[in-house]
Amino acid sequence: MDEDRQVSLFGKYRLRLERRRKRLRSIRKRRELTSVVNRTKDIKSDGILLFCTLRNERIRLPFFLEYYRQLGVSNFLIVENGSDDGSREFLQAQEDVSLWTSHHSYKRSKFGIDWLNWLLAKYGIGHWNLVVDVDEFFVYPFCDSRPLRALTDWLDASSIKSFGAMLVDMYPKGLLDDAEYQEGQDPLEVAEYFDAGNYMISRNPKYGNLWIQGGARARAFFGSEPRRAPALNKIPLVKWGRGNVYISSTHMLLPRGLNLVYDDSGGEKASGCLMHAKFLKTFREKSEEELNRRQHFANSHEYRAYSKGLKTSPSLWCRWSEKYINWRQLEILGLMSKGNWV
Amino acid sequence: MAVGFIILAHQDLDRAAEVAAYLARNGAPVVIHVDARTGENDFNLMQSTLSRYENVRFSKRFACDWGKYSIVRATQEAAEILLRDFASVSHVFLASGSCLPLRPIADLNAYLAEFPATDFIESVTTEEVSWTIGGLDLERFTLRFPFSWKKRRRMFDRYVNLQRKIGYSRRIPRGVEPHLGSQWWCLTRATLTLILRDPQREKYDRYFSKVWIPDEAYFQSLVRKHAVNIESRSLTLSRFDYQGKPHVFYDDHLPLLLRSDCFVARKIWPRADKLYNRFLTEQEQPLSIAEPNPRKIDRIFQRANEQRTRGRTGRRMQSRFPTSEVWSLQKTCAPYSVYEGFSEIFSNFENWLEKRTGSRVHGRLFHKAEVKFSGGVEVLNGCLSNSAKLRDYNPAAFLENLIWNTQGEHQSFQFGPADRQDITRFIASDQNARVLVITGAWSIPLLHSRMEFHRIRAIAARYQATEAAHVAILKSHDTRAEVKVWTLAEFIEDPMTILQSILDGLEPGLSRKLTEVPKMANLADLGQFVQRLKNEGMNPHSVGDIPLGNRPARKKAPPKPYVVR
Repeated sequence: MDEDRQVSLFGKYRLRLERRRKRLRSIRKRRELTSVVNRTKDIKSDGILLFCTLRNERIRLPFFLEYYRQLGVSNFLIVENGSDDGSREFLQAQEDVSLWTSHHSYKRSKFGIDWLNWLLAKYGIGHWNLVVDVDEFFVYPFCDSRPLRALTDWLDASSIKSFGAMLVDMYPKGLLDDAEYQEGQDPLEVAEYFDAGNYMISRNPKYGNLWIQGGARARAFFGSEPRRAPALNKIPLVKWGRGNVYISSTHMLLPRGLNLVYDDSGGEKASGCLMHAKFLKTFREKSEEELNRRQHFANSHEYRAYSKGLKTSPSLWCRWSEKYINWRQLEILGLMSKGNWV
Repeated sequence: MAVGFIILAHQDLDRAAEVAAYLARNGAPVVIHVDARTGENDFNLMQSTLSRYENVRFSKRFACDWGKYSIVRATQEAAEILLRDFASVSHVFLASGSCLPLRPIADLNAYLAEFPATDFIESVTTEEVSWTIGGLDLERFTLRFPFSWKKRRRMFDRYVNLQRKIGYSRRIPRGVEPHLGSQWWCLTRATLTLILRDPQREKYDRYFSKVWIPDEAYFQSLVRKHAVNIESRSLTLSRFDYQGKPHVFYDDHLPLLLRSDCFVARKIWPRADKLYNRFLTEQEQPLSIAEPNPRKIDRIFQRANEQRTRGRTGRRMQSRFPTSEVWSLQKTCAPYSVYEGFSEIFSNFENWLEKRTGSRVHGRLFHKAEVKFSGGVEVLNGCLSNSAKLRDYNPAAFLENLIWNTQGEHQSFQFGPADRQDITRFIASDQNARVLVITGAWSIPLLHSRMEFHRIRAIAARYQATEAAHVAILKSHDTRAEVKVWTLAEFIEDPMTILQSILDGLEPGLSRKLTEVPKMANLADLGQFVQRLKNEGMNPHSVGDIPLGNRPARKKAPPKPYVVR
């Protein structure tokens, strides 16, 4: 409420226009999607859905799907962007996956978010939806003893519509090239370390969201250009309402009330983490490929920084790196919070 | 002598049916009220699953809205049936569809047999309650509430305010003493009968039908008129969070619930299979009349509410980002010390202090080129980097992180006018900061520098101006940090006493006499140096009054760097 008052009437109007523009854009961009297999008829009214865009992630897919099935995701809605490694065939065969494909530009679809906005508007309204990448693993309070449904039921009862989960970059001890990943394996067994206490937060007055940077990537790759360090704030779990849109990846969305996943008077709201298992052996090839494709954020600046950084110091691990144990550890470290969920 | 149950159910009827079946087969008669809004199919299914229990009844269905009188109507109706059909019932236990009995019915019966004439009902006068929603307590009984609190909050609030303004007040009927309490009670047959058969009941019912949240007031007030012996507590373990929403129990609460000795708990998550399986399976266990003991659970709930409303001091994170006064009170999570000018005066100050206090003493954390962590390490606890650019990108976050990451170990660092100054306001406004400043100490390295004097003069002027601005912020009226400022002259006049007082402040009650002391720089030519600055047209006021006679007062000038005694 307080937040809303800080925005002028004109500001509100501008955000409304922007929201409408994004929606129209996603409606236009739906033409870039071709349905491969549509199993959305199986979606039950209380189903928890997962939305994802990916490209050439075949080796990661089995564990990814299994992880989220275990949590209680009932249906997967996936956009596959020009894969040639068998990802499409694999996904097509999964009973709970609806698959779309696109050969259009990932970059010009705002890194896939236009496509997902369309699918969310079409299938996600009234559902709790998780929007994650294939290398992101959602961790929330009590996730080792309570299914996702327990969380969403509690959020419903508390009249909360969005749930924040900060991205935590995970990395192996030693060289990335030695961090071999086997299909079906938990990638957090390979990349099991993270930075616990070097995050920088500021507030984005326009959308009301927090902007978080830091972690291993800022430390290792963006020491000379912190401004360019990737954003780690994410709001991946949202009860979708008519007219909702993600603005930039899942970092923020509109209407802006959904970005207020934090308490501004000293208390802690409940929050989770997205364990980001990006830094495995596959990463170096991937970053070179992405560098050539130039399909990523800010002219692939991020990937350029990676390939440069990895040449000089190919290990992200340091003696203060924290080994991942469970959500309670993340909560004690102050990276996430139970809030008042007991 | 037996307890009978009323169950008010509105959703997840399968779970309510499981509980009812458990109660029925353990000899407790049950009357179930199902909300009229609940689907017919679910209701029929429930009826048919329970049809084989001859001690289960269904009462007339009312459409129940939260905070409305229909819930009381439903309870009355069900109570009538229970009392009428089951003569053996001596106590009536009111439960909801999401309640779960935690102890055998035999336990409950034995416990109630100890108190044959006691009514277990939380019943608190309106002056004493602390939990009411919207700050309404007595006004629940004296105002009118035609608008739904849940659906039409604004109209609800406006109408309440209007009534307050014009001084409207309903008359409370004689015989009703306003009391509030948990909706979940256990009354004796005698008391419940008296309430239901009260000759004034019609009048009371009419009155209560307009009271807000009557299910927390009707029986709680009327029991005061009829009961012989009121035990003002609920036998149902049911707790609310800071928003007035009931806490929910999940499978992982099993050990906690087992040890609580409570008879019934609410509310149970409908998918908590483990809880339902465990508590609805008859166990071989000895009869116990142990008192319910929910203290441990209460503590956990209380902590959770505190975490939600107050959070962890000194930690800004994705779901805690205080933007208002809260943050300006305490920005970091533990006390820390900032030393300004000490490492210029003492050549081995950092090592000496680290050894002397056993705490961590960093160099100049805000050095322009590099973060000077203790021991010259590149990364500190929590993977905090020594990159000056990362630090300068968000200096406040840097310092917050440093203090958070090193909890349990006092942190100190050096600071001076050559450093990045952006952090000054943060430190000044932080209650945890202890800032010890010796102004003019920047002159000592300059004194020993071999630069040309006009450059020294320019640097000195810059440092003095920077330091003055810094100290002005530290000394401003809204500073929350503990700040002590000496001029260089004041300090070198009596360094021992000042050092001793600093250490005493750091570890109160542990004031050992200083034995080993840090090594002091050579200040022999300081007086002349200061005079030379003056001669060049500068006013080095921050240094203080240094006597020209090339030595600190009262001390013979030793030829070399010396040790303070």
